[in-house]
Order: sequence, then structure tokens, then C-alpha cells
Amino acid sequence: MLNFIARRILIAIPTIVLVSIFVFVLQKLLPGDPILVLAGEERDPVVIEALREKYRLNDPLPLQYFAWAFQALQGNLGISLRTNLPVLDLIGEKLPVTLQLAAMAMTFALAIGIPAGIMAAVKKGTWWDYAATGLALWGLSIPNFFLGIMLIFLVSVQLNWLPASGYVSPAESLSQNLRTLVMPAFVLGNALAASIMRHTRSAMLGVLKQDYVRTARAKGLLERVVIMRHALRNALVPVVTVATLLFGELLAGAVLTEQIFTIPGFGKLIVDAVFNRDYAVVQGVVLCTAIGYIGLNLLADVLYVVLNPRLRTR
Amino acid sequence: MTKKHTATAALRRGLLAATFVAGACAAFAGAASAQNLRVGLAEDPDVLDPHQARTFVGRIVFTALCDKLVDVTPDLKFVPRLATSWEWGADGKSLTFKLRDGVKFHDGEPFNAEAVKYNIERAKTLPESRRKSEITSVASIEVVDPLTVKLVLSQPDVTVLAQLSDRSGMMLSPKAAAAAGAAAGNKPVCSGPYQFVERVQNDRIVLQRFPDHWNKAAYAFERVTYLPIPDSTVRLANLRSGDIDIIERLEATDVKTAKADANLKTASAVGLGYQGMNINLANGERAKNPLGQDKRVRQALELSIDRDAINQVVFEGQFAPGNQPFPPANPYNAKEIPIPARDVNKAKALLKEAGVTTPVAVEVTMANNPRSQATMQVIQSMAQEAGFAIKLKATEFATMLNEGTKGDFQANQYGWSGRPDPDGNIHAFVTCKGGLNDWKYCNPEVDKLLDEARTLADPARRKANYTAVQQILSKDLPTIYLYHESWIWGMKKKIDGFVAHPDGMIRLDNVKG
Repeated sequence: MLNFIARRILIAIPTIVLVSIFVFVLQKLLPGDPILVLAGEERDPVVIEALREKYRLNDPLPLQYFAWAFQALQGNLGISLRTNLPVLDLIGEKLPVTLQLAAMAMTFALAIGIPAGIMAAVKKGTWWDYAATGLALWGLSIPNFFLGIMLIFLVSVQLNWLPASGYVSPAESLSQNLRTLVMPAFVLGNALAASIMRHTRSAMLGVLKQDYVRTARAKGLLERVVIMRHALRNALVPVVTVATLLFGELLAGAVLTEQIFTIPGFGKLIVDAVFNRDYAVVQGVVLCTAIGYIGLNLLADVLYVVLNPRLRTR
Repeated sequence: MTKKHTATAALRRGLLAATFVAGACAAFAGAASAQNLRVGLAEDPDVLDPHQARTFVGRIVFTALCDKLVDVTPDLKFVPRLATSWEWGADGKSLTFKLRDGVKFHDGEPFNAEAVKYNIERAKTLPESRRKSEITSVASIEVVDPLTVKLVLSQPDVTVLAQLSDRSGMMLSPKAAAAAGAAAGNKPVCSGPYQFVERVQNDRIVLQRFPDHWNKAAYAFERVTYLPIPDSTVRLANLRSGDIDIIERLEATDVKTAKADANLKTASAVGLGYQGMNINLANGERAKNPLGQDKRVRQALELSIDRDAINQVVFEGQFAPGNQPFPPANPYNAKEIPIPARDVNKAKALLKEAGVTTPVAVEVTMANNPRSQATMQVIQSMAQEAGFAIKLKATEFATMLNEGTKGDFQANQYGWSGRPDPDGNIHAFVTCKGGLNDWKYCNPEVDKLLDEARTLADPARRKANYTAVQQILSKDLPTIYLYHESWIWGMKKKIDGFVAHPDGMIRLDNVKG
């Protein structure tokens, strides 16, 4: 197992290097001069030149990349062009927010998706199945931003139950923290719940047809035991893999959700950075995200092995 | 079968439980105290160092955080703030300020003439400073006595006072600023009515009342929290749900909704800036077309536009139509040059006289926001009737600015946030060497009049110069001015004493609620 993990990590290194080069080059291809954005309404050529020098934007591209990569290897991702704050600090400040949001969204997705998937499979062809499948279709079709705005109007403006947007850190007030995140987490988890429900349903349908399930029933086991202990455990293997990979997708979905609910997370950080041509922040965030994705893929593989003992003997 | 039912019943319970988590969480109720004023901003400010800052929302925060030498009233008169009085030298080449006594910075350091000297020199010399072009004419600063400071100018320049009413005139504690260097904005130490507590980027900026402020009695709120909420719908939703007390830049199209809400009220003021369509006259190859080369074609385009219709259709009548860089209520607005009425026949006649083949193809670059796009779509259809085929190109803002500087545009639509002094709305845009003159308009007569206006202390004589310039510009039309945005604020009914300023700032003196 350790060998397997070590091998995967070794393969990940060139991937990360490639990603960092791509990001570096691609964002230089973006039209728009970061210094003009930075200078704002001040267009004094002397100031503009001084800023360009300060951020080394006059150097040739490979030199800029190596300077950045050399610093990055030492844990210095540079400073934000826009706010003068170290990129690493910004990431450290924003990443936990998005991780919490993603974890809560995943909780919603699993709490809705798995039971609904089981219900749909066990009661295949009944009202339960159609309702769950219909709900899944709705969840997949409704755009994040629309659901978000509608929920704000219903829950915050009309019912006054939850704050319309914003974020409070759990250290400050856990209850306020949950109040601010519950709506965005629901919105973000919504589409995922649909996907998980469909995966659970098809996996369960496959498992329920298996001989050992029939045997279990024939033994006279409680139906609850047959489904929960015998069928579900096997059906969960592909679901867990999918859910782990979907967690990466959550980070992407968070970009939009954070924008709507004004949550100061990773997604908002990168959107603002792109619009302001804040190169250092974009690079740092993308690098972190790439590492995260690779980590999640690795985790999915490991979980797969843990859940399916047959794979361990290899 | 009963066993199966038990299993599904358990699942059903789980499903229901998950659905109601949202509702349960709503049970944690709680409202922030009235001592804390929560302000919804349309963007996250950039660095909170007045000498480096460049965003409009940053200035809103500075209004509470950093006092400046002079302030400006809603009718654009300069009034004392940290300076109690000022006097111009007889030759117009010096400006002497008497400073307020007993003022302290947030770190307890005294505010005095030395501090003024330090700050203005910092604004002029800090490599990252964005203030340099605002105060180029300040040659040196002399400390006359602890409460008197004299600015020596390289040439007469009456616009300096206006610059000192904004970020160039804001004072940081010299001790703190010297220690922090270019990072002073991470923990700004000024002398304003509120002092810095914390900032979480993209989330909030928290300020606390400064107990030693010279005018502390005028400030009612214990704390002010600025919350950037870029989406205007969400900003309004926060105000309606009671999570926020006041928001800036309420959309013109949302004013009706806000007014219909019994708990809210609105305030508005026509801003200092303008929005217009700039036409590339001489910046590279893309200027070589009938629109860029023949002013009759530009006049025809202007005559095809009904500015009032734009205001009614796109902005629900909340803004002010305009044909000058100065808004209608500005003292420098030239009443002699009224907004021309739409006249399609005259426009067609001008195109015929110019001998161009119609339809005249024009590509207009605009920012990819709903406001610019809606404005330009209205203009597109109006101009079509007069013989123009306008193609619209929506571009992200930073890209548009870059293309503008390079001359890669035929015409573009954007505006200027505006300055209290008229010079700030016009000089850089239309003088031959103007830093913001991307369209390369050049007319020595205009340069002469505008340069001279900078040296005239008598407002009547200044106005004569600006009017003369506008007579020329309204025929040459390097920019077809379209409208002046209004700043619209939405706030809770209980907020009392808020005064709408044309500079869009939120001044908190005597505001209660």
C-alpha cells in the first residue's frame, strides 16, 4: 500500500510542474496589462514603469517563471499585486473557508443522495423511484446562481431565517458560522446530491440482483439488514470513489456559489484575481488547486482499496 | 414484506431529517447591535494606503478612517477638515495651511506641520504611489511653525486644493508609515473618526470609533463594518433582510423595489463624473475611418442619439443626461451649450455633406456589464436610423483599457468617476499630451485654454475658459458625452442624518440610527 502511494506521489510531481507552467504561460496570454489595472486612474508613465520593475514584468517570460518557481519551492508564492498581502497568507485564510463550505455541501449531498438512491433502487418503478429520479433531474438542471438568488429571496428576505450573504468564522461564533454557510452549502450540494443519488441507485440495482442478496433473504434476514449490511456495503464502493472525485468538482462549483453568497473563499479569491490580473494570486491558487485535485484522486484510489479487500492482495 | 417496510421507513426518516437541517439551523437567531453600522460596498477595496489606493470603494472607507486637509461640500465648496484655513500666495505659487490644534493620530502621535510635510513627500516619492500626477506642481513643503505649513508650487495651480480634498490630502501617522513602508495599508494608522481594527480580504473591513478624534461627538456609531457584496441583487437582499444598514450603488432599476419596502429609504445625488463614447481620432491605424477623420460624421452620430430616452429606458430616469464633462448642477457646466435634441434628418444631411457611403460602419468597444451593454444597444438602434451600422464588442474592462492605450479601438464607451475640481474631468482627456487621451485629440487652442485655467484663481474667469473649451469640443467631439451617473444609496428607515454627496462617499458625521 505504501509503495502504491509513493508511486502515485512521484507521478504527481511532473503533473504539478506542467500545470504551473501552463498557468504561467496562459495567463500571460490574457489580454489586459496588470500594471494598467493596478495603476487605475493614475497613468503617469514613471509610476507605471516603477510598478513594472517592482513586479519584474519586464523580464523575459522563462526568467519570470523560474524566479517564481524558485521562490515557490521555498514556500514563497509572492505577494498580491492588488493588496500587497503574501499569497500564501491569502490562501491560508481562504482555503479553510472553502473546505468547510465544500465539506458541508458534501454532507448535504450524501445525506440526501444516498438515502434517496437507496429508496429509488429498493422501490424501483414506484412513486418513490419517480420522485427521487425527478428530483435528481431537477437538481442537475437548476443552475447554482438561480437557486442561490431564489433561496436568498425566500429564506432571507421573505422569511428572515438566515443571513442573505457573508461569512463569520467558526472561531468567532459557531452558530453564526453555520447560519451563513447552510444556504450556500445546500445550493452547492444540490447538484451533487443528484449525481450521488443516481450513482447509488444504479449501484444498488446492480447489487440487489446478485445471488448473495437472494441468499441473504432466503436465510430469513431482516430486509433492513439485507439492504444496509449486505447490499449497501458493496454498492457504496463506486459511490465513494465518485464522491471523492466530486469533491474536486465542489471546489470549482464554489467559485460561483461564493460569488453569489459573498463568501470570502478560494473561489472569490481567484475570480477577483483574474479580473485584476493579479498574477501571483492566480498562480498560487491554481497551483494549490492542482495539488488538491491530485491529492483527492490519490485518496479516491486508496479508499477504493480500503473498501474493497479483494484489491488489497495485489 | 413488513421487514422491508421497516427498512424503507428508516430511510424515509433519514431523508426527511436531511431536508429539515436547513430549517433547524434557522433557529439560531440573532441581530447585530445598533452600535455597529454595517455598510454594503459594491467591491472589495484595494490596499488601504491613501497614497497607493486606487478604488472608489477604498475612498469610502477612507472617509471614516483617514482625515484629509480639506473636505468638499455637496455643492463643491472646500471646507476645513485637518486644515482650519488656507491662503494662496500673491503669485499663485504657494498655498499656506493653518492646521487644527490638538489632533492625534490613531497611535497617539501628534498631527502637525511635520506630519503634513512627511505625507505629501511620501505621496510624491513612494515608488508605489498613485498620487504623483495629482500633486506634480507641489515643488516643496516648508514647515513654517508646528501648525503652519506652506506648499511651494512650481507654477500657479489652483487644482492642488481639490487634490488635497481627496487621497493626496489624507494623513498617515508618520511614525507608523515610516515603519511599515509600502505595507502601510495592511494596518493603516490615520487620524480619522474611526480607527482600523481588522480586515479579511473579500469579506469585511472593521473600524472602531477613535476616542481621541477632534470631532468625536459627531460620530454616533461605535463600530463600522464594511462588507463588499459585488452582486447588486444580493446587496439589496441583505438590506431588505436587515443584515446590512446601508448600501451604496443601488441599481437604478432597483429603486422602485427599495422604495416599496416599508423598512427602507433611498437617497441619491448626481455624481461628479460622466459616461461617454470616445472616438479614436489619431491613435494608430484604427483611427483612419470616416468617424475618426471627419467631425461631421461624429456630429451626425451625436444627433442620432436621444440622451433622455437612454436615461428613461436604461436607468429608469434616475441618472442625468449630459453633453459635457461636468454634470448639469456643477458650477462649471456651460448652460450656453444645451444638450442637442435628436434630429435624424439633420444627421442624415451631415453624412451626405461628408460624402460618406451609408451605412457608416462603426465598432464600439464597451465593458461587458449590463449597464454599458444596454446603453450601447439603445444607441445602436437609434444610430441605425441615421445611417450608422454600429457593431458592439463587449470586452472585459482591463482588456478594454489596454486596447485603448494601444489604439486598438474605433470607439469605446466608458466613463470617468469625476473630480470635484473641473480640471480633473477634462485636462488629461483632451490635451495633446494628456495621460488619459487614448484617442489622441490635439488642439493647441484647447491646450492653451485648459493650461491657463489651472492658474486662474477667479472662478468666473476659469469658467470662461472651460466654456470656451466646450464650445470647441462640442463641435470636434473627441468624446460624445452621454450621461452622468447618480449615486444611489439604500438604507434602513431608522438611519438619520445621511447627506447624499455628489462624490459618492458615505460621510458618517451626524448620522444616527
